Amino acid sequence: MFDALSERLQTIFRTLRGHGHLTESEIRDGLREIRMALLEADVHLKVVKDLTEAVRQKASSDEILKSLTPGQQVIKLVRDEMVAILAQGGEATLRWAGRPPSVILMAGLQGSGKTTTGAKLARLLKSQGRSPLLAAADVRRPAAIDQLKVLGAQIGVPVISGAPGSGALEVVDRALREARQVGRDPVIVDTAGRLHIDEELMTELERLKEALAPVEILYVADAMTGQDAVRSASTFHARLGLTGVILSKADGDARGGAALSLRHVTGVPIKFIGTGEHIENLEAFHAERMVSRILGMGDVIGLIEKAESVASVEEAAHLARRLKKSEFTFEDLAAQLDKVSKMGSLRQILEMLPGAGALKDMPVDETEIARTRAIIGSMTIHERRNPEVIDGGRRLRIARGSGTTVNDINRLLKQFKQMRKMMKAFGRGGGNIRLPGPLGGARSFRR
Amino acid sequence: MSAGQDDKTPSRLERLRQGLRRSREGLLGRISGLFGGATQSVDWGEDLEAALIQADLGPGAAARVVEAVRGSAGATAPSWEGVRETARRILRDILASPPGAAGPGVARPRVILCVGVNGGGKTTTVAKLARRLARDGQRVVLCAADTFRAAADEQLRVWSERVGAEFIAHRPGADPSAVVFDAAAAALARGVDALIIDTAGRLHTQDPLMRELEKIVRVVGRQIAGAPHEVLLILDATTGQNGVNQARQFLAAARVNGLVLTKVDGTARGGVAVRIVQELGIPLRYLGTGEGPDDLVDFDPDDFLEGLLPSAA
Repeated sequence: MFDALSERLQTIFRTLRGHGHLTESEIRDGLREIRMALLEADVHLKVVKDLTEAVRQKASSDEILKSLTPGQQVIKLVRDEMVAILAQGGEATLRWAGRPPSVILMAGLQGSGKTTTGAKLARLLKSQGRSPLLAAADVRRPAAIDQLKVLGAQIGVPVISGAPGSGALEVVDRALREARQVGRDPVIVDTAGRLHIDEELMTELERLKEALAPVEILYVADAMTGQDAVRSASTFHARLGLTGVILSKADGDARGGAALSLRHVTGVPIKFIGTGEHIENLEAFHAERMVSRILGMGDVIGLIEKAESVASVEEAAHLARRLKKSEFTFEDLAAQLDKVSKMGSLRQILEMLPGAGALKDMPVDETEIARTRAIIGSMTIHERRNPEVIDGGRRLRIARGSGTTVNDINRLLKQFKQMRKMMKAFGRGGGNIRLPGPLGGARSFRR
Repeated sequence: MSAGQDDKTPSRLERLRQGLRRSREGLLGRISGLFGGATQSVDWGEDLEAALIQADLGPGAAARVVEAVRGSAGATAPSWEGVRETARRILRDILASPPGAAGPGVARPRVILCVGVNGGGKTTTVAKLARRLARDGQRVVLCAADTFRAAADEQLRVWSERVGAEFIAHRPGADPSAVVFDAAAAALARGVDALIIDTAGRLHTQDPLMRELEKIVRVVGRQIAGAPHEVLLILDATTGQNGVNQARQFLAAARVNGLVLTKVDGTARGGVAVRIVQELGIPLRYLGTGEGPDDLVDFDPDDFLEGLLPSAA
């Protein structure tokens, strides 16, 4: 979308070069494009109005009017305004109680992902050295307690639930006592999903808040939400006083304009972002990345972090040494492929690349990696280390073993040979090649 | 599906009205300031556009509706009622454009497959559908093909008991196609009337999971001729413009032929459904109106449009 927006703005502002200044009507046309783009990204109408008004005022300044690239300047203005909204108040971290345990209350609409997000948060905090406890206070949805228990077992975090038929208050009571007794901190409380207009359940949440005195009341908001995001979050905020937002399901292709609206209207900071189905897919929120996403500009930083998270420095150094000596084998290739798959689907990776908007509808063959792995899996260790021994007979066997054809094997062997040749050239050329992970060199442009 | 429905009519309508009343408060709160009197001094087109955008119709579709209303309104400033009526007529035509769903048909067992992103309300909708059929005296098998989400099968099992349906599941983490295979075999062997398949929520951008869905469709189609007869996309009414992408991907992977809009008892209007109907030709079939097993109603354009563009009174 951003690619399209950027292009349209360039067209509108191109005339500038001819007559040396931006006219009112050009600014108006440009703002209309921006407005459409933001609305298409599900930014709330009122927020769009505020934003375009702020941009309009600033766009009339001399600096912009005289700029050689007014289109880009205006985009930068929009970007900066959005970052300012999302980043106000600095980095949003979790608060902790002076006296443990700190209680974190999870709230949100049904289906927003409270239970999964609560477990993800527990895992994240555990990985940071905390010893969280989960309280299953969603006594309403069938099997919600089981779901939390299964997730708790997966991440090694105890889950406290009540006897059948017990209310949410009893559950949290037990959880608090347990946490104090065995010294667990924080207590993360999963609550029943509710509509913001469900009086009974909202009252229950208020009672929970009263009983627990939570340091954090985190509102889980679906990144795919449309214009209604503002209304439901505002109601929750008015009743409970939210302390933070977690944006869930942000791994899809929704632009996530709701994030901007929530922040602008409620003033509550976004603290985390859910980036996948797996329990480790919860990340700290970054305003600039979110803005890039809403505008469709890609997320290079996120991509680099992903690459770093799957490839250790030692592994990278080891691989670099092997490459230099041109010892690269099918075993190394298999290890690299594993890392690529750990980063997510190819499409996910593709979407994080700036300018990949045009590639959005390109078919991505996720099976290619799987096929390559299957082929390598059907080789003997000797073959993986010494690909040159793979003759016709062996090719036939490998094809049978991996459910592919000899053609597939031939193609892979050819690609592998080229890969090795390229790497050899690299190795000879620079004495200091870096290939940290699946995205060779990624690490070096960060530090 | 009409038998057994009649005695529920009052509460059914009441539920819907409740939901719509809320939306009226919400929407009217937003636009009553704009539409103070019978006629407008300001540009009514802008007001109509704002109302439609806030109902999640999206900027493009909203602009098209406004243009269409302008086209038929002429130069005079019409009353809000007039604008609303014209807009509703235009929207009703859009909603009625796709061919209606295939009737109950003769297929037996009739296979209904429910798909959608995470948290849309698939499992609950599956239960509600089973309940409707069971009320009509039909025998229903529920298939828990969501083997990914922790305890999803347990949730469906509890529902199956509540609504009086048979239940087929495998171990968590099992191949969903294998569950579907077994469920189809069981449905055939037991000679039941319907098989309803609950699938794992998946974001439409996750290619491997979409391939898995294609496989489910293939597997059940091989066992039961013409199956799945109904493929329902479950869409949360709070969904924004991304709903169109969702529908497009699910249509491609699982040939969706009906839309279920859930959680319309909230304040969200689900306007993106209009785009889905218009741009992809998938008809709206049901509205989910609450958490109870009976809270599922047939889609009615007038009810839906009452929520989208409420009357002034």
